[in-house]
Amino acid sequence: MNLPDPSFLIIQSLNGLTYAMFLFLIASGLSLIFGVMGVLNFAHGSLYMLGAYLTHQFVSWFIDAPGYFWWAVLLASLGVAALGAFIERFFLRHLYIREELNQLLFTYALVLILSDVAKLIWGTDQFSVSRPAILKGAVEILGQYFPKYNIVIIFLGPLVALLFWFILLRTRWGRTIRAAALDRETLGALGVNVNRLFTVVFFIGAWLAGLGGALVSPISAIVPGMDVEVIINAFIVVVIGGMGSFWGTFLGALILGQVYSLGILILPRLSMVFIYILMVLVLIIRPWGLLGRPMQR
Amino acid sequence: MSGRNWLWLPILCLVLLLVALVPLTESRYAVFLGTDILIHGLFAVSLNLLLGYTGLVSFGQAAYFGIGAYTCALLMKKAALNFALAFAAAGVFGALSALLFGFFCVRLTKIYFAMLTLAFSQIVWVIAFKWNSLTGGDNGFVGVPFPQNLDSAVRFYYFTLAVVVVSLVLIRQALISPFGRILTTIRENPERTEFIGINVKLFQLIAFMISGFFSALAGALFGIFNHSVFPDILFWPASAEVLIMTILGGMYSFLGPVVGAGVLLYLRMQVASYTEYWPLILGLILASLLFFFPGGIVGFIQDRLGRLRRKP
Amino acid sequence: MILSVEGVTKAFDGFVAVREVSFSVEKGELCAIIGPNGAGKTTLFNLITGHLPLDRGRVVFKDVDITRLRPHRICRLGLGRSFQRTNIFPRLTVFENIQAAVLVHRGRSLDFFTPVAALFREESEAILESVGLRDQGRTMSGSLAYGFQKQLELGIALASQPELLLLDEPTAGMSAKETSATIELVGRIAREKGLTLLFTEHDMAVVFSIAERILVLHQGRVITTGSPEEVRANPEVQKVYLGETRCS
Repeated sequence: MNLPDPSFLIIQSLNGLTYAMFLFLIASGLSLIFGVMGVLNFAHGSLYMLGAYLTHQFVSWFIDAPGYFWWAVLLASLGVAALGAFIERFFLRHLYIREELNQLLFTYALVLILSDVAKLIWGTDQFSVSRPAILKGAVEILGQYFPKYNIVIIFLGPLVALLFWFILLRTRWGRTIRAAALDRETLGALGVNVNRLFTVVFFIGAWLAGLGGALVSPISAIVPGMDVEVIINAFIVVVIGGMGSFWGTFLGALILGQVYSLGILILPRLSMVFIYILMVLVLIIRPWGLLGRPMQR
Repeated sequence: MSGRNWLWLPILCLVLLLVALVPLTESRYAVFLGTDILIHGLFAVSLNLLLGYTGLVSFGQAAYFGIGAYTCALLMKKAALNFALAFAAAGVFGALSALLFGFFCVRLTKIYFAMLTLAFSQIVWVIAFKWNSLTGGDNGFVGVPFPQNLDSAVRFYYFTLAVVVVSLVLIRQALISPFGRILTTIRENPERTEFIGINVKLFQLIAFMISGFFSALAGALFGIFNHSVFPDILFWPASAEVLIMTILGGMYSFLGPVVGAGVLLYLRMQVASYTEYWPLILGLILASLLFFFPGGIVGFIQDRLGRLRRKP
Repeated sequence: MILSVEGVTKAFDGFVAVREVSFSVEKGELCAIIGPNGAGKTTLFNLITGHLPLDRGRVVFKDVDITRLRPHRICRLGLGRSFQRTNIFPRLTVFENIQAAVLVHRGRSLDFFTPVAALFREESEAILESVGLRDQGRTMSGSLAYGFQKQLELGIALASQPELLLLDEPTAGMSAKETSATIELVGRIAREKGLTLLFTEHDMAVVFSIAERILVLHQGRVITTGSPEEVRANPEVQKVYLGETRCS
């Protein structure tokens, strides 16, 4: 087992960091929805996938317009968010009075439906989106090259995290959301329209997933199956970090990103098992995650 | 009005007779589908012991199915063990795995419980997927033959029928026993059950083991029926699929899951011949179930019959 | 002395819910614990029955230290309990609810083979009768009226043939008529079976009608204990309850 040279390791680590940012975007949406509404959204990976597909679609339409990539990203993520809100408002909402299993299975039904809908619309070919002009090219780090686009992503991740942290902690909206996570009945009794709040939360969560998918389109192949692949990793991140814990999700994403990128080099066959064992250990020893707090759920 | 109570036995016997006569249709398709349905029916009933009767949402039942399939196939081919022993070993190994995993799972509730069952089952999947030398990895473990005296599809069909019927009778017996009644009280109210003197975790663990045992037997049958074992039977959508079968048939009735397995597998075969968009159809069926038919097919029928009887 | 609670203390994140509570209950006594909301009554019950771990102190039941025992073991020793929010098995029939408790009490819980439908029929129906639910055996317990559910809960607790019965607010949410009927029932059963009763209550009329001894809890501490007359005359008790209106 000979270790590769340090600069290569650093690049791999940066790759892991990039991947972690995408995981963070998806997982934070998942964690938000679970923390506030108690719904574990299996379809979150599907929303991510749709974000990627929609970006590809919008890019192909707007390719001649200035700033086409960013417009595509914006519209794709908002489109996914709108879809999420629609599903929550007209379908998911009716299942709240039932046991949680029903909600879980409904989100799984969505996975099945949305993945085939994507196939129907875009077929089974692989797509890719080219990076926007200003972010093409790479930067030299210790003798190796690292894409500029990825660097932007690495900075974008914490930026989004800080933005949401600020919103959740300092604004009235944020406080309402946190209150709903703790006790929705009392909040309803206080006159807050909890139903509308849930739709907003789902919108935000879906937007985050859609954004993740939109931003990953230049890096990763847009292909059927990307929904299933990402949702399990998102679950692992949320479990390890703590369901409903914001910084926990960030930490979990960082850990997973590094394990995948560095673990592949050192112990390729075991890194996958290691991730699941980590998930199991967290659930056994500290079910509320590394940074979560013990809750009724 | 006790009309309903004595009617089910003759109906069941009739159904059993029809099932036993399937091979006489000389249709390979019917025998194939029949074996598949019986195997998955047993799998679904063993899951329902946890889901419908004990109230435990296991999202990792595929682990035991897969463990049973791999154990039996590997012991038969690599260790040259005779089928009877390999088959029994599969069941025992399934029960032991359920004991190991279940020990940790029953300490958690609801969503965390479901997550842990999923995590354990994914670990088993990764092991099967990556341990190429043992399991053949992604290429699967192929060339599993019929056992010596059961070397035709029809013979294996009857063997499967016998195993499944005996298993169902045993499971049924356990469910209508005092033990089974306690499982339902655990489902209804674990806190209260604790305070009538029951160690709830112990009972949940026993239920887990029984369920794991029979799921593994179903898996062992499947490995032979399929003449191969692939890791995808361990991948988490497989656990979702058996959950769907159980709920489609009706999780509050004993044979509901068998009905669900039958309907689902039949539909899948039919739909697959027309279109490749089976997941879409399945998703729509599942969604309709959740919104309109929470009791599943059997629940729906029981409801209709109940209404008919109430009319003068 | 069937139950002895010694120096029991429990704090949640710095908030001390139960503070150095000590008292004992004699066999056959009908003892009530009263106190304003938040006094710590339900917490105290949860500490006794093993649903919450203690920070400090000891609970001794029939000369056995039950401080660290799990709830199901404590139940098997002969301590029964009803809960504040109705705790029954909604999708089982009334008969099946009682029968389940009887099954466990008679040690048949690990029987995997006997069909359960006819087991212990007489015993279960006798209990149904004693709590006034004789004709409701086949009703789905979840669909019962609230008062009947409370009676069923009492029946489930009695089916384990406890020697000491803890009742947490047995008449909560009941009308005046239901309250007096329940209390009359509870008192009669306790006397018939020689049960020791320890119950919490808000309704003072109830307490003074059947309790032989009263314990007054306030902010997690026992402020006094004694006969109903003694407690009624105690100036500190009057101060604690000054301005307290009884909710019924």
